[in-house]
Amino acid sequence: MTFQLLLQLTINGLIIGTLYGVVGMCFVLIYKASQVVNFAQGEFLLIGAWTCWWLLTYWQIPFFWGFLVSLAFMMLFGLALQIVVLRPLIGEPVISVIMVTIGLSIFFQALMKWMFGTFAQPFPPIFSVQKVDVFGLQVQTAYLMSTGVSLAIMAGFAWFFKYSRMGLAMRATAFNQQVAQSLGISVRQVFALSWGISAAVSAVAGVVVGIVNGVSSALSFFGIKVFPAVILGGLDSVLGAVVGGLIIGLLENLAHYVDSQFLKWGNLYEIVPFYVLIIILMIKPYGLFGTRDIERV
Amino acid sequence: MAMDTLRPCGDFRSSYGADQTIFTTRLTLAFLIGGIALLALAPLFLSNYFLSLLIQIGYLGIAALGLNILVGFSGQISIGHAVFYGFGGFASVFLAEHGVPVPIAIVLAGLWTTAVGLLFGIPAARVKGLYLAIATLAAQFILQDFFVRAEWFTGGTHGAIAPPFEIFGYDMSGDQRYFYVVLVFVVVMYLFATNLMRTRDGRALIAVRDHYLSAEMMGVNLTKYRTMAFGISSFYAGIGGALYAHYIGYMSVEGLDILFSIQFLAMIIIGGLGSVMGSLLGTIFMVLLPEMTGALASALQGSAIDKALHLKDGITYMREMLIGAVIILFLIFEPDGLAHRWRQIKAYWKLYPFSY
Repeated sequence: MTFQLLLQLTINGLIIGTLYGVVGMCFVLIYKASQVVNFAQGEFLLIGAWTCWWLLTYWQIPFFWGFLVSLAFMMLFGLALQIVVLRPLIGEPVISVIMVTIGLSIFFQALMKWMFGTFAQPFPPIFSVQKVDVFGLQVQTAYLMSTGVSLAIMAGFAWFFKYSRMGLAMRATAFNQQVAQSLGISVRQVFALSWGISAAVSAVAGVVVGIVNGVSSALSFFGIKVFPAVILGGLDSVLGAVVGGLIIGLLENLAHYVDSQFLKWGNLYEIVPFYVLIIILMIKPYGLFGTRDIERV
Repeated sequence: MAMDTLRPCGDFRSSYGADQTIFTTRLTLAFLIGGIALLALAPLFLSNYFLSLLIQIGYLGIAALGLNILVGFSGQISIGHAVFYGFGGFASVFLAEHGVPVPIAIVLAGLWTTAVGLLFGIPAARVKGLYLAIATLAAQFILQDFFVRAEWFTGGTHGAIAPPFEIFGYDMSGDQRYFYVVLVFVVVMYLFATNLMRTRDGRALIAVRDHYLSAEMMGVNLTKYRTMAFGISSFYAGIGGALYAHYIGYMSVEGLDILFSIQFLAMIIIGGLGSVMGSLLGTIFMVLLPEMTGALASALQGSAIDKALHLKDGITYMREMLIGAVIILFLIFEPDGLAHRWRQIKAYWKLYPFSY
């Protein structure tokens, strides 16, 4: 029984881990392209999920179309946010930029609570089968879908950055803004688009989690949980974000296992990633794949 | 002409001492003393509601000043100030329960919080900027979790009863009396911070903020001053929290969440980063903001706006949204905060008929 539990938790960890990885990638995308640490990443999940939920329940739109419309909306939302709020702050100190994203996070979290209430709202059933049997383990269909979607997104990111024109422009901007600009890349466009893509992709993760757990303001906690993942992987590495997400997801669930079987402290898995975070910052602040800042005085 | 009543237009200071003095003219000193005297008379004619607001501004102002020393003066962002504030409260209650007189317990709680702050400031020796911000974010969650777990220290989820403030056997609880306790602490802590910025250590902190590479080249020990800023800031937070605990008479984990930490950040951004007076201005703003929204909502009760937006249910969310909105608006339109506004007003009156 305990082995079964361990296996189940490992699978859960991997599934949650891929979701952390996706959100982490979105976070890194914004950080790489525009050097903004986005504390409002979790709100992208939240707003996306609520939008989709609202379209599905109030307007009775089929899931597929509702999903697409909410993605399009989030794309525009991300673009608008960058243009209206973040653009005036280009060149301001790090503290101001961080604070603005924190302000955004509070603002939208409260707005969503005001509009939709504090209770978790379930999505209307989307799959005819709720659970699927995989190697004798019960896995929720939505989770299977989420893993599929996450992997697709990751592959999409890889393709986008390697082959598409805009993706190359983004990488060039991340490498050196001035050189990119002198080569004719519109840095403003790149900044805005990176926010748009990040918001839309985060919304996918938001909808997936919403389908499984119901939509509530707890979703925005993903935005904070993503910090251990991206710090572990290295703040400016897309691959690192994925690996970090998987490790944190697994670690959380293993901590849950150890806690429930041996320690019985309760609630340990919520807090373990933050201890890990502190330890990483102490011994290897640039993470597994991040670039080191070398300074000599 | 070290102490004139009014200063003529332009700068006539000819020594370093004259440049560094807190009170440039006798008038400013007189204003300060007069202001404090006026405040000391406040309990005679203010109602308990306004007194409680003033007390709130007092203890939150002390904690906000601590955060401003860390963020505004030494340039390190902290997103976990609320837990240090909370730690101070719990520590003071814990000490008072173990027989330490309350006034001493408050100071000791400040020192204890300093030790904890230094512990979480260790990453500051290695990382900076946004990495540090994330480390303090972790501190926020770890300590919050610790408060729930450590029942011997905090009373767990139930909280702890704080004994009232007594000095020489004289009970100082109740708005009218406690006001003086807070006033004394505010004056001492603000004078200390103002003076700190005139010392070698204070200047070193500012040098670390402005250009840490140059500061290190000039012989400023970065590690020492970064951790020191954490220590001082935690001391202020601890004192503020302890004053709060003995005012309310009860200390619990509730409300020490990340939103509260962000409120502290909002206070110093609104007031002005790197300004001692700004910390107080920002605190006044942030304490009055929810009161104002409350007043506005009850004024609008029954009107069309109320019906459309369900103001009564939404008031807590509206307050949270306002916190976020004022942070964003101030950072975009007035990044130097209210303190800057105040300086502009002063400059305007100094040069009054001739603005240039």
